[in-house]
Amino acid sequence: MTNVKTRQLSVNGVKRTVDAPANETLLETLRRIGAVEVKCGCEKGDCGACAVLLDGEAVDSCLTLTGTVGERAITTVKGLGGAENPHPLQTAFADLGAAQCGYCTPGMIIATQSLLTNDTDTPDEADIRLALSGNLCRCTGYTKIYDAVLDGARAMREAEAAK
Amino acid sequence: MNKMDSAVPGEQNVSYRQIGKPRTRIDSPGKVFGKTPYAGDYVMPNMLHAKVLRSKLPSARMTRLDVSKARDLPGVACVLTYKDLKIGTVATDIPAQTGFRRRDTDQQILVDEIVRYQGEPIALVAAESVEIAEHALSLIEVELEPVPGVYDVFEAQKPDAPKVFGDDNIVASYKVRKGDVEAGFAAAETIVENTFRTQYIEHAFLEPEVGLGWEDEQGVINIRTSTQAVETFRYIADAIGIPHSKVRIRGALVGGGFGGKCDVTVELYIALLTLKTGRPVRLGYTREDSFYGHGKRHPFIISHKTGFAKDGRITASKIDITSESGPYAFMSPYVLMYATEAGPGPYLVDNVHIDSRSVATNNMYTSAFRGFGATQACIAYEQQMDEAAKVLGMDPIELRRINLLKTGDAIATGFEVQSAVWTEECMDRAWAALGEKPKDEGAIRYGHGIAAYQQGYGRMIWLHDTAEGWVGVEMDGTVVVRSGMTDIGAGQTSSLAQIAGELLGVDMMDITVYNSDSSTTPLAGTSSATRGLYMSGNAVRNAATAVRNRLAARAAQHFGVADSDIDFADSRVFVASDREKSLPFKELIATCASEGIHRSELAIFRAPFGDWIDPETGQGQVHPDYTYGAHAVQVAVDTETGEVTILKSVGAHDVGQCVNIAAVEGQIEGGVAQGHGYALSEELIYKDGCLVTPSLSEYLCPTSMDSPRIECIILESRSGLGPFGAKGIGEPGHTPAASAVANAVADAIGARVHDFPLTPEKIARAVSATRDNG
Ligand code: FES
Ligand code: FES
Repeated sequence: MTNVKTRQLSVNGVKRTVDAPANETLLETLRRIGAVEVKCGCEKGDCGACAVLLDGEAVDSCLTLTGTVGERAITTVKGLGGAENPHPLQTAFADLGAAQCGYCTPGMIIATQSLLTNDTDTPDEADIRLALSGNLCRCTGYTKIYDAVLDGARAMREAEAAK
Repeated sequence: MNKMDSAVPGEQNVSYRQIGKPRTRIDSPGKVFGKTPYAGDYVMPNMLHAKVLRSKLPSARMTRLDVSKARDLPGVACVLTYKDLKIGTVATDIPAQTGFRRRDTDQQILVDEIVRYQGEPIALVAAESVEIAEHALSLIEVELEPVPGVYDVFEAQKPDAPKVFGDDNIVASYKVRKGDVEAGFAAAETIVENTFRTQYIEHAFLEPEVGLGWEDEQGVINIRTSTQAVETFRYIADAIGIPHSKVRIRGALVGGGFGGKCDVTVELYIALLTLKTGRPVRLGYTREDSFYGHGKRHPFIISHKTGFAKDGRITASKIDITSESGPYAFMSPYVLMYATEAGPGPYLVDNVHIDSRSVATNNMYTSAFRGFGATQACIAYEQQMDEAAKVLGMDPIELRRINLLKTGDAIATGFEVQSAVWTEECMDRAWAALGEKPKDEGAIRYGHGIAAYQQGYGRMIWLHDTAEGWVGVEMDGTVVVRSGMTDIGAGQTSSLAQIAGELLGVDMMDITVYNSDSSTTPLAGTSSATRGLYMSGNAVRNAATAVRNRLAARAAQHFGVADSDIDFADSRVFVASDREKSLPFKELIATCASEGIHRSELAIFRAPFGDWIDPETGQGQVHPDYTYGAHAVQVAVDTETGEVTILKSVGAHDVGQCVNIAAVEGQIEGGVAQGHGYALSEELIYKDGCLVTPSLSEYLCPTSMDSPRIECIILESRSGLGPFGAKGIGEPGHTPAASAVANAVADAIGARVHDFPLTPEKIARAVSATRDNG
């Protein structure tokens, strides 16, 4: 391994020290350190399975070099919530059958979170179709994903309003 | 969701507590929280990383293979070529599940001399890292001398064609002879003839093939892999030369299959390398490996000649079917059988004449893909029906209505289907759901299309299919199900929990399903052939029923009532006629445990067994039963650019009985999107055997931008052979979708593109041809 550098990464709020070669992608680094909820479908930016949030913005981690991440906060689907504190999108995806094989799901949820927090919290179907166009799903035909995004967005607005 | 409440031929007036409800699946939480481990997420200490060297040429003679430099590279643990293999071949048939093994259908594991397709594996490397393994591949010296290949199914049938398979390149052939087809044509008022072609299709499951192997303390080669079939341990054991009992396949939840993870791929290479090195070995395909490394959907060329009487009734149907198998057999003979059986479609035809064959070439080999040949048959027969309606000047719906099979009618093979045939209801409901066709505006034209279908579910009956399942109740009243069935994302395991839960009165979320382990879960066969719910669902139903009966007998004794008066619900046991009398399920279990009453059961389900259909006439029974339905599509076509937008897409299917409505809809919706892609954008292009579309940016699966909301209309005849009267829906939802798109496009532009996919170029050309003619 050439050009290995020690770096500090913030993964789901936890500081991680990693030795990453200069040419290593964030996808490779994350999976290597155990964040295997970040999925690999193509390593070419064609499928979106590897999407993570960098400071709240969705990126394909397979197209991002670890060395360029710097101090930006990395959030994977695990960082959004879990069984104890489910994120509304996770609840909606589970309850509405939006995850079939589930392999696209982490990336889908991340892309949706990015849409809802950066672009619009009241998306219509056209917004959703555009925002998810970089995330392939081969199982669902997207219908239940649209449902889950609409439902999750509503739940997020309600949670926000209740604050 | 619509339900059909009249004319229910199956179990009537039954109400279920969990069955048929849109329940959150038991596998969903793990998936949305990122907790589900897929096969590629497992690692082991001291693990090696593997890579496969593939042929760059599709047809060649290997004149030199030197791996010494690769072997000498530091960090390389093992390089395998054909010279290192004890047994050079692996079965491509399905002995793994049935014990059947057709002669002369084995495939070389690694090229020993002749390369027959591009991507054929030449060498395997295992090294300390992926990078070292990749470096080692580049150090392997291979010389390939091109030899003339054959890349066209008609060329391949010529006497002087290069021989790829046997002495005539014919991998399988069948015929159907029913009634008197010549008399049928003589009686016809109109005869319609058309030829339709379909393309090579990629499964494009989102998770590429991957696995991890290790040898355990008993010398068993364990392989954790992403597969639709754990029974492949038998193929692998045969191919590496150790007893069947010494190979164990442990599945994981699968990241998509669609038929593409039925054949052996990475698991065989992992087994060989693990056996050789004694160390754990991981092999994960890149997306490109996946494009080159597993069998594709068969291209078909199907010609129809159909005679129609004045009133539109079909008098005769003559069909010629050719599929492309590539150089090895794999599922080609079975896929061809499905296409042959489905040839005339869901129509009553007395005079049928079908000839079919699967032809070997040096293009990529083909195998199972959702629909298994019945989809290609549908693409032909349903476009033919619309073309016929046009020639006859009839409404396409009415032409179908006149000819559709009804319950009890005999299909093309002479078999009288016993379950409900509700195609007509499905067709009418789907068509009505499209509503009014919008008015054309300038270059934008609108079209409506329909397609009806028939799809067998379960294996062909001469394969003597069985599935086992185990159900047991824990001391705390929770339930465990064990089934060898793999879960490829359709909710297979969750459905088993729902079935056991329904019968034992325990919520599905309190049920744990262990699945897809060839050593510790009772073998249940593949998740393919739309057999998962039918076979494993029935096995689990049988097991849960046996447990329920024993528990009910003890409860009846306790309450002093008849066994039949005992009911189980909400983790309690009730006297059905006097619900005040009840007991926590847990207490009943404690009593049974202390008295030694058996709280578990291993059950088997056997599908109907039968013989091959008559080889001369093609008459007999092929499948246990069939699913029927229809799909309707509304499109807008830009006649200037040829661009198609799907506006509405509606599937209506009689699923017999939903187990989980959300899962049923999911199967339909996902299958439909694959149908949209099949019709419009997806195509693996091979140029003289070389793939020119080996990535997801060149092979175009539908994205959200291409995918409208899909509507499902679900009918329940409760007449199927599955648990509670269910029919299969894994493949059927997909089967008619592409045909409906094609018919909608033809309706919009007033012309037919006979060759799939209907690309903008082909559509624009067809439009301008109508202008030139008109
Ligand atoms: S793995 Fe990154 S986009 Fe496919
Ligand atoms: S659920 Fe399988 S790819 Fe989306």
